[in-house]
Amino acid sequence: MITEKDVYKIATLAKVEIKPEEAENLRKEFQNILEYFNILDEVEENVEPTFQVLPLSNVFRDDVPKRCIPRDEALKNAKHVEKEYFKGPKVVE
Amino acid sequence: MISVTEWRQRLESERAYDLVAEMLERIEKSRLNAYITLNRGALKLAEEYDKGKLEGRLAGIPIAVKDNISTNGIRTTCGSKMLEDYTPFFDAHVVERIKQEGGIIIGKTNMDEFAMGTTTETSYFGVVKNPHDEDRVAGGSSGGSGASVAAGETVLSLGSDTGGSIRCPASFCGVVGLKPTYGLVSRYGLIPYANSLEQIGPMASCIEDLALLLEVIAGRDERDSTNAGKSFTFVPEFKKFRIGVIREMSGNDDVMGKFEEAVEAVRSLGCEVKEVSMPSFKYALAAYYIIAMGEASSNLARYDGVRYGYSLPQLDSWTRYFSRVRAEGFGSEVKRRIMLGSYALSAGYYGKYYLKALKVRTLIKNGFQKALRDFDLLVSPTMPSLPFKIGELADPLTMYKMDVNTVPINLAGLPALSIPVGFVKDLPVGMQVIGDYFAENKILSFALELEKVYGV
Repeated sequence: MITEKDVYKIATLAKVEIKPEEAENLRKEFQNILEYFNILDEVEENVEPTFQVLPLSNVFRDDVPKRCIPRDEALKNAKHVEKEYFKGPKVVE
Repeated sequence: MISVTEWRQRLESERAYDLVAEMLERIEKSRLNAYITLNRGALKLAEEYDKGKLEGRLAGIPIAVKDNISTNGIRTTCGSKMLEDYTPFFDAHVVERIKQEGGIIIGKTNMDEFAMGTTTETSYFGVVKNPHDEDRVAGGSSGGSGASVAAGETVLSLGSDTGGSIRCPASFCGVVGLKPTYGLVSRYGLIPYANSLEQIGPMASCIEDLALLLEVIAGRDERDSTNAGKSFTFVPEFKKFRIGVIREMSGNDDVMGKFEEAVEAVRSLGCEVKEVSMPSFKYALAAYYIIAMGEASSNLARYDGVRYGYSLPQLDSWTRYFSRVRAEGFGSEVKRRIMLGSYALSAGYYGKYYLKALKVRTLIKNGFQKALRDFDLLVSPTMPSLPFKIGELADPLTMYKMDVNTVPINLAGLPALSIPVGFVKDLPVGMQVIGDYFAENKILSFALELEKVYGV
């Protein structure tokens, strides 16, 4: 059973702010969807998991320098820029 | 719909500039909402074609590109408020290939936000209407790519398919669409949603055109580490294939009536048709959504409101800023998937959900491999229903269940195509054709013969 408290916990974990008026609706949706996912409890577990389907591992390429992103292009889509840097929020309070 | 052959015939007697200008004008007046952004450079390219400067296998041909595929200098929104004013400064591999072959990118097509949806109703830019009935959806998530081909608002288009996002709109719009084998087409420049499931693929009015666009976009690209390094050339080789009809993939009465007629058409081609059962498919939908949501929760962490995308005027503490940027920049379906994905990957639930889903993926893959030893190709209805009315699928889980016939293919990484097999109540029905890894030639050869039965 998913409670409203669980919904807030999940939202904090996922770092998505939610409004109080959204919580009950999300609770119902999460409850329905997770209940549906429980169908997997029937599955036997004696197989290996498949993370990706191609039989590829360690694809190498030659270490050759190529064009990289010029600074002005990299900064073009940012809203908060100071001098030649991105400006971000405070990480340590 | 306009085929490449028809377009080339028009180019013999008319200027590309006039044809492209006329197409752009038609798109601007269109009520379908298939495009988010038109390419202002398209007319200049058409002019170059008229001067004989544009050469290649796609020379002078309009191509629509789904708006989650990066285009240098053209805004790429992913159907989201988060990327409403984001303009990439590089081209995706597939876009480079189209440009090298002289194709004219006409615009960026509308889609479900971050490709999360089956109807394009989650797009921040509004729903795409079905060209066959404007009260109905065009399918999703590549709804704009499907509708634009069906309505003659382009000749070819590119979509992306994570759990059916090319095949669903192909079926709903009555066009052909192919999800290639995982790794055949480079994902470099495709804005990721669920990397281990998704592929870029072509959509077109006929099989010949679908094969042409696949030939152009397939091939080696070292910038995608999951690229298989294989190229593709279509050599039609029809044989009396052994065809398996998958029992666990079905549809409602409207769809099944047409599908059974299509199976008869397949028999009339001389193919041997038998039913095949894949019991593990019962778990495919749940496994798919757990994996896709898990990958989404990780992928979409890049939208931090700092380097690009939606931002707030005031920088705050990191956690508050990041959580609020995501709350305001993402729509409700995207947030639902990020939250459920984080939950399924969190300590205590990883084994119950995520790991279990990856084991189901193994069962699905083994099931297909077993069936593809007995059959050359497998078929099913692409979608379990006719195109929905706009607003009909209000509940998320009900919408997820509409992907039941398409998601197993992405879990296994196999190629699959949707081809129109007639109309019910004036709405198109599609048949899904599934092949073994890198068996695109077999799928397309089969579809080319089937297309002759139905007439293009």
